[in-house]
Amino acid sequence: MRRILVMGATSAIAEATAREFARRGDALLLVGRSAERLRAIADDLKLRGAAMAEFRVLDARDIDAYPGLLDDATRVLGGLDTALIAHGTLSDEVSCQTSVATLLDEFRINALSVMALCTHLANRFEAQNRGVIAVISSVAGDRGRQSNYAYGSAKAAVSAFTSGLRQRLYTKGVRVVTIKPGFVDTPMTASFKKSFLWASPAAVAKTIARAMIRGTPVVYTPWFWCLIMAIIRFIPERVFQRLRL
Amino acid sequence: MTPQRMSWGRWPRHEHHVFSLSNRFAPLPVFDSMLPYGNGRSYGDVCQNDGGHLLVTRGLDRFIAFDPASGVLDCEAGVLLSEIIDLVLPRGWFPMVTPGTRFVTIGGAIANDVHGKNHHRAGSFGNHVLDFDLLRSDGSVLRCSRDVNREWFAATVGGLGLTGLILRARIQLRPVPGPWIGGDSLRFGSLNEFFALSTASDAGYEYTVAWIDCAAAGRNLGRGVFMRGNHVPASGWEPNGRSLRMPLTPPLSLINSVSLRLFNQLYFHRPGARLDNAVWHYRPFFYPLDSVLEWNRIYGPKGFFQYQCAVPQQGAEEALTEMLRRIAKSGLGSFLAVLKLFGHVPSQGMLSFPRPGATLALDFPNRGPVTLALLESLDAITRDVGGAVYPAKDARMSSVSFKQYYPAWKEFARYVDPHFSSSFWRRVTEDMK
Repeated sequence: MRRILVMGATSAIAEATAREFARRGDALLLVGRSAERLRAIADDLKLRGAAMAEFRVLDARDIDAYPGLLDDATRVLGGLDTALIAHGTLSDEVSCQTSVATLLDEFRINALSVMALCTHLANRFEAQNRGVIAVISSVAGDRGRQSNYAYGSAKAAVSAFTSGLRQRLYTKGVRVVTIKPGFVDTPMTASFKKSFLWASPAAVAKTIARAMIRGTPVVYTPWFWCLIMAIIRFIPERVFQRLRL
Repeated sequence: MTPQRMSWGRWPRHEHHVFSLSNRFAPLPVFDSMLPYGNGRSYGDVCQNDGGHLLVTRGLDRFIAFDPASGVLDCEAGVLLSEIIDLVLPRGWFPMVTPGTRFVTIGGAIANDVHGKNHHRAGSFGNHVLDFDLLRSDGSVLRCSRDVNREWFAATVGGLGLTGLILRARIQLRPVPGPWIGGDSLRFGSLNEFFALSTASDAGYEYTVAWIDCAAAGRNLGRGVFMRGNHVPASGWEPNGRSLRMPLTPPLSLINSVSLRLFNQLYFHRPGARLDNAVWHYRPFFYPLDSVLEWNRIYGPKGFFQYQCAVPQQGAEEALTEMLRRIAKSGLGSFLAVLKLFGHVPSQGMLSFPRPGATLALDFPNRGPVTLALLESLDAITRDVGGAVYPAKDARMSSVSFKQYYPAWKEFARYVDPHFSSSFWRRVTEDMK
């Protein structure tokens, strides 16, 4: 049985992934901002087979609370060996261009808080010589584009950070999984026009759960984003600067 | 606006604004015209709201509570019947009533007051709903049951999503010994034989239904295959649950008078049409069509109509004979044709379709005016005998027909939320003002 901390548990991708683990009989501690929504998700996960589903209310910006949260999680779950870090916001690019305060706040939520939590988890998992840290980054972090480089650069920081962390912990039996979803049809992306490129949270969650169980280093989901981003990364900057992506 | 979110008949095609719901504690968005949209399994335009908003409920898919001692399940409105079965069947429970597809949401099952092969015993879906929460556009949430807000309960069961948004519901399940159904499959040569078989079987069998050959004429008119079954303890190989998928929409309907005759001839004479003491897994027994996902694409880009009527037992044989004669003569039918006797359990909703008598359901590829003319001529028979047509299957009944079939519509209209509407509702009440 895995003992899993889910950060940002009310996000559609996190909830769908938690169901995958509930089905396998794992124990989960859900963290998010809305008590009523967390309670509804926890009740659902218990009925779907979770050995345990508890929740804690915490704003991810409250970085100082992380050590206490991890102590609490270890106590409640009877140990801690898996973490899924899924909190985040889809920054409004225009607001980030006109307000530096917004830019910094978005960076704090999408990058700094993730790096801080990863650091705490890494030190604990390193000491116990096992564990899985899975982090939801994004294909947007693979290259900065004019349409969302505030969000993209925060996700790029997460991708680079987890890449280094993965190397550091490899010999310690701890696996770090960087997840790069493409377009997923969630409340976060409700205002976008949907095309054939869009995937459901349930489909993405299956890939994420499998990657976490196997310890896959980097996973694009759906898989074809691996090809799309390879092409986008390959475009020379001299050409890329003229594009409107 | 997006042309997606079609109904199962893929006709008519409307443009909608789509708004996805995922939080049952959130207030309703503020739109002029909204309609809840579950999993899109109703056929015509009861799940369509041309030019308005659709509130997509599939994101409300959480289980809330399940008591394995009493078989009472509490869940959000966007949960599918298939998800409920996966949860409760391993613990010995099954829905009291299931329609011919398990890919319907609970909200949709209530809003259309769906029925199944056990109507003669259990009535329709609304008979087993204990209570639900209804969110209105004024922000109020009404807990509705047979005891509290009874009139809202009666308006919302079979209320086609027009009275507000169902957030969650509590339903009563039934105990079963496992996933198996035991029974027989029997050929019958005429409607007269069907009525005799059905009447004789309804006492001893919980589930009865017949497939009818709508291409057969002359002395073969009214022939078909009758199936009956009960939940039985058995063991066997579970089907692997994998499904095929219709990969694309062919440019023309694959169903025409030639393929129909050929298929029906083979289906009627296949060895499996005559089985004694057979044991079926519940999936092929209840949901034969669910094994091909998106089978509705077979009718091509113009989609199809379904016609389902119920006619009173008195005079049913004559009315159905005349309908089958007209359908066979037209050559416009399809192999999906189903006949069943409804029982006497009273439906709960003001606009509920199930009523005592015989019900006939058939698919018709959309060939434009000739199909519409045929369906209107069937409506003339249904009206004459005091029957009704099922709104969940309808894309074309006239306002006059609707008002005759559902005389309670005027009373029902008082419960329609001022910000809720549907293409169906506007169509059948257009001359209301």
